Amino acid sequence: MDWVNALVQGMLLGGLYALFAAGLSLIFGVMRLVNIAHGDLIILAAYLGLTVTTATGLHPLAALVIVVPTMALIGYALQRGLLNQTLGDDLLPPLLVTFGLSVILQNGLLEIYTADPQKINAGALETASIAVGGLQLGVLPVLTFAVAVAVIWGLQWTFYHTSLGRAFRAVSDNQDIAQLMGLNRRHIFGLAMALALGVTAIGGILLGIRTSFDPSIGGGRLIFGFEAVIIGGLGNLWGTLAGGVILGVAQTIGAKIDPGWQVLSGHLAFLLILAIRPNGLFPRISA
Amino acid sequence: MTLQDYHVSRTSRAARVAAVLGGLVLVLLIAAPWWAGRADMRLMGELFLYLALASLWNLMAGYAGLVSVGQQAYVGFGGYMLFALTMFAGLHPIAAIALAGILGALASIPVAVLIFRLRGAYFAIGTWVIAEVFRLGFAQVTALGGGSGSSLPVAIVKSLASKRAMRESLSYWLALGAAVLVVAAVYLFLRSRQGLALTAIRDNELAAGSLGIDIWRTKFIVYVVTSAFTAMIGALIFLQKLRISPDAAFSVNDWTAFVIFIVVIGGIGTIEGPIIGTLVFFALRETLADLGTIYLIVLGVVAIVVMLKAPKGIWGLIRSRFDLQLFPLGYRVIAPSSNSAPAQNKGT
Repeated sequence: MDWVNALVQGMLLGGLYALFAAGLSLIFGVMRLVNIAHGDLIILAAYLGLTVTTATGLHPLAALVIVVPTMALIGYALQRGLLNQTLGDDLLPPLLVTFGLSVILQNGLLEIYTADPQKINAGALETASIAVGGLQLGVLPVLTFAVAVAVIWGLQWTFYHTSLGRAFRAVSDNQDIAQLMGLNRRHIFGLAMALALGVTAIGGILLGIRTSFDPSIGGGRLIFGFEAVIIGGLGNLWGTLAGGVILGVAQTIGAKIDPGWQVLSGHLAFLLILAIRPNGLFPRISA
Repeated sequence: MTLQDYHVSRTSRAARVAAVLGGLVLVLLIAAPWWAGRADMRLMGELFLYLALASLWNLMAGYAGLVSVGQQAYVGFGGYMLFALTMFAGLHPIAAIALAGILGALASIPVAVLIFRLRGAYFAIGTWVIAEVFRLGFAQVTALGGGSGSSLPVAIVKSLASKRAMRESLSYWLALGAAVLVVAAVYLFLRSRQGLALTAIRDNELAAGSLGIDIWRTKFIVYVVTSAFTAMIGALIFLQKLRISPDAAFSVNDWTAFVIFIVVIGGIGTIEGPIIGTLVFFALRETLADLGTIYLIVLGVVAIVVMLKAPKGIWGLIRSRFDLQLFPLGYRVIAPSSNSAPAQNKGT
């Protein structure tokens, strides 16, 4: 039963990783940009959530109403003000600019919030649990997983059933022709980044409720998100959810064997899948 | 003026002057233990090791297109190999440094086979995962102090040289020697046939492939050689520090972020760039380091501005204005006229 428990807890943890990964997957799909600062933006969202809850006394989930649009605005401004200038055939500018951004964000958060670990207080939600078939499941992990499924379903629906999604797919297929058809790709990229950071905000706040965080942990969250994307296969959002679940299960099973092995076994599972299925489990586009 | 009057030259007056000046500076630097204070020598030793790391990263990212944010994997690996080989195998520290390089090359082979499956930016994050695996792996080795790390025993430190002044001079010379070796190796490699292939790949991978260059193999060689050198530099770094822990050994900030800033600010894809970048980085650090996190934010902003406004860095700006090349890599056609401006500058 312990092992079944580890398996189920790992699956639920995978929902959080899928939320980290969905933003990465989205912006890579639309503009082939890999954002090294993604992990630090997750932590930024967690800190914004902390500030909003402590300043207004709102419940963290209610704070999403403020944090999600704020992060979306930051995303749009970041894309139009900075990242659009880096896009092109050359790989280096986007990589190095987002790397610089990551260092700026990390040290900026350190300057404002200090290095002390913080946590978002969500009251009873943190400890509430439900019994399902002999297992005790935390309400928060179950909620996180449900949110992840809903977010990915929502992104999928946006992609294939709205005019915005059509614009995303058009610039993804061919930027120049999309531009000729009257789409302003700079604006579309801005919207894609806004949507990605909106999703990131949800992930960040759920992370902040679940565990304590400090400015230095962004890199680790980027890596988890990245591993979920690659395991699932590029360009496939449901694959990304599956990738997050696989990563989460690998980590909880590893932790069950030896607590020191939790993160390491997640990385090893990723490398194993890279070795046997270099394009991930459910690839849709090639990088 | 016939075609025979033109001739092709690799060198230039600027390069010859630079070589003579560089030789003089080198002699001066070798003599540093007789004119510099202990703190200055320590600082210069650190500067040389950063120069070596930056030159190596530049060879990978600027020439081979392998943008890694995980070179700390080999810095830490080399450092841990120094500790393990001297403490458990009883090797002399200098022998351990050399062996750390060989082991670094061996470790990098399976890593390369695996992460070369990832393209571009995903390759970058893949290298970071590898570095994390190394960090978490070494943190599990209790003989090396686990997560809290260990110090180099006094007997091993003394085996390097019994007197403190001699040890400090030796460690300074090792750092200087490493920097000279790495810059010279990068320079000679880029002038070789392999280097020409590498430059061709950088300029256009598709065209290079169609000319019969084995792209995967060329990049693989660069990755393995760079990793070997990086491991040796890592061993030297921790021979200076005398203490190692997983967080210090595999620090992404210390061994990758700073190195990237050095190369970007100095000029990526040039040999001169890392040298200038290292000098600028240390000048900034010595003046602004008291500001702590603000200093790092300034560094990030400078790197972003340079990348957007002057992607070829400081050296790129200088070169575009004066047509200088201190480490000549390409060939120039020299026109016979008296004001013999280079008629054509082959891409380097």
